[in-house]
Amino acid sequence: MSALLKVRNLSRHYGTRIGCEDVSFDLHPGELLCIVGESGSGKSTLLNTVAAQLAPTSGSVSYRQRDGQWLSVNALSEADRRRLAREEWGFVTQNPRDGLRLNVSAGANVAERLMALGMRNYSQLRGIARSWLERVEIDPERIDDAPTGFSGGMQQRLQIARTLVTQPRLVFMDEPTAGLDVSVQARILDLLRRLVNELGLAAVMVTHDLAVARLLAARTIVMQGGRVVETGLTDQILDDPQHPYTQLLVSSVLTT
Amino acid sequence: MTYNFAFLDEDTKRMLRRSLLKAVAIPGYQVPFGSREMPLPYGWGTGGIQVTAALLGPDDVLKVIDQGADDTTNAVNIRRFFARVAGVATTERTVDATLIQTRHRIPETSLREDQILVFQVPEPEPLRTLEPREAETRTLHALADYGLMHVKLYEDIAQYGHIATSYDYPVRVDGRFLTSPSPIPKFDNPKLHQSPALMLFGAGREKRLYAIPPYTEVESLAFDDHPFEIQQWEHQCELCGSGESYLDEVIVDDRGTRMFVCSDTDFCGQRRAEAQA
Amino acid sequence: MTAALMLELRDLSKSFELHHQHGARLNVLRGLDLRLHAGECVVLSGASGAGKSTLLRVIYANYRPSFGAVHVRHDGRWLDLAKASPHEVLDVRRRTLGYVSQFLRVIPRVPAVDIVAEPVLQTGASPQLARQRASEMLHRLNVPERLWSLPPGTFSGGEQQRVNIARGLIVPRPILLLDEPTASLDANNRAVVAELLTEARAAGSAVLGIFHDEDMRDQIATRLFPMQALEAA
Repeated sequence: MSALLKVRNLSRHYGTRIGCEDVSFDLHPGELLCIVGESGSGKSTLLNTVAAQLAPTSGSVSYRQRDGQWLSVNALSEADRRRLAREEWGFVTQNPRDGLRLNVSAGANVAERLMALGMRNYSQLRGIARSWLERVEIDPERIDDAPTGFSGGMQQRLQIARTLVTQPRLVFMDEPTAGLDVSVQARILDLLRRLVNELGLAAVMVTHDLAVARLLAARTIVMQGGRVVETGLTDQILDDPQHPYTQLLVSSVLTT
Repeated sequence: MTYNFAFLDEDTKRMLRRSLLKAVAIPGYQVPFGSREMPLPYGWGTGGIQVTAALLGPDDVLKVIDQGADDTTNAVNIRRFFARVAGVATTERTVDATLIQTRHRIPETSLREDQILVFQVPEPEPLRTLEPREAETRTLHALADYGLMHVKLYEDIAQYGHIATSYDYPVRVDGRFLTSPSPIPKFDNPKLHQSPALMLFGAGREKRLYAIPPYTEVESLAFDDHPFEIQQWEHQCELCGSGESYLDEVIVDDRGTRMFVCSDTDFCGQRRAEAQA
Repeated sequence: MTAALMLELRDLSKSFELHHQHGARLNVLRGLDLRLHAGECVVLSGASGAGKSTLLRVIYANYRPSFGAVHVRHDGRWLDLAKASPHEVLDVRRRTLGYVSQFLRVIPRVPAVDIVAEPVLQTGASPQLARQRASEMLHRLNVPERLWSLPPGTFSGGEQQRVNIARGLIVPRPILLLDEPTASLDANNRAVVAELLTEARAAGSAVLGIFHDEDMRDQIATRLFPMQALEAA
């Protein structure tokens, strides 16, 4: 199977400070890749640079479109970048308040991306919004409620519905469960696992939680100080870590 | 004391005319302009007055309406202002006017190619309530990325069962720019479409001008299964009996007795005069 | 007629370097050679600490070998897992190499029947067929039907182990690695597992496993592979 996304020697500097440095990886269709590391390790910078939300200092990101054509993501015009973000990609932020439109109803939040794609049938939009609320375990009766009245876990599930409703091929997720209680976290992780399988999504997820990586990702990248220190199969990295930093990370996990 | 003709100095008028030409050349596009301080507060038509001042010539006949009426404070003041600073003829008759400045209505009487309608606009950006960032709304316009506007219409239907937006109803001009028609009732939206008269819009506080040139396609946004509809009344005008004009509901005494009358005073008056003749 | 060679280990070594324990080095496997053929069942024998589990994990590419090669016949071609890319390893695990450990890694909120059905789904089968096959498997391993729709987090050790075996054996794989999958099973269920393994071998699978229970070992082993602990270096 050929890759969906190719990242080559990607660097992003903030002045003289390194955000991420010389990162390369491939992502295949249907694959979930985790980027792990502690705060400040450059994992979010890497994610945002790959997702074309930050311009790289050097290196390249190529993406294979639905029509099979390879795009150089950094060379895209703003119009094409937005089209890609609308039609083929999705982005789930850590804080759902950043990814949701809080002053409109849950249903409008889910339907917005569909309307951006040109869907103009109200009943159809409603039907799809309802079924997606159900899919992320939100009572469809709450379709007309504003997300401000939702709990943090519900808001995050709403953001996931809003992002996945257009069936993107590639989703970027930045610590989607970090701000939530452990029990709420488990529910969202299970949901993500299920949806990623059902929809055959490819995803890149940033997390500082190794257990999340083990549960969701077949492959993992470990970052420290903006650089990749170890990469490979998730179970290999967690069970047989080679790099001193990875060993420290793995041995620091609390087990109950 | 003497004023320059039509109050504004000639350089300012030139700046305004250049901006207006650009606005006409790009239908629906909001052109920035150097809005001047005018002798009335923002919100009272400073944008419309500057556009009118830039267009007026000595031979023009000016009509000013506010909510369709020629005899309300705003309309009377602006008409008197131009009579004094430009010495132009004024009228309350739509058919006699060459230039009509309006707040929140389009006259019922069909306009002609030799007439210009100038709208007073409080908020030129139709996406503003949904997207507060100016840089972002400009980008959305540049990319014609207008899915967001339907979010508002969706919300209307979700909350009220129908598209409840009844004034400042968003339109797409010439198949390109999403545009605010200013706070006219949506009843007037169809009059924007293929209008023989030039329509100019001025927002003084926001420093933006835009235009709908004559005979331009103007489409009111809607959903396939919730098409655009204008207001309808069960009543007829109690003064002239009109059944197809935009009606105001007026309370006439302390017991709350109501009466429906045409909001366009000239239209109503002409009909009554004809009926008596 | 000789059975096809399925797995070949050459000069395999594995040591662990513990960077945070003053760079301590643990040598577990050294210079190991092993050949495994279709239809065989090789049982690793040796005292605990001899590196039996480590060997299975190195073969499964859960651990990275320090030296040597792990040749696997995959899709009719030979592939050295020590040098394979992660995507190749994943494909080998999906289609060629099965691994059943002592412990079930529980996924929160996922019912037992779906955990068992997952490998069938990955072969592209319909959800109905996958669930049906999973039900048959659970039935055969005597997991009470009332448990099937529950997540196995709260099951007993033996029940969890049987769910794990069901998941590990539901899709026929050319090579099976078994790390004491029957440790906490009663005699009845051990017999079922022995039966399942015999069927797998008859269908051509090569089995490499660790079984401490001597009955079980005698019943299924075609050959023993003795292992010894290395001196700490």
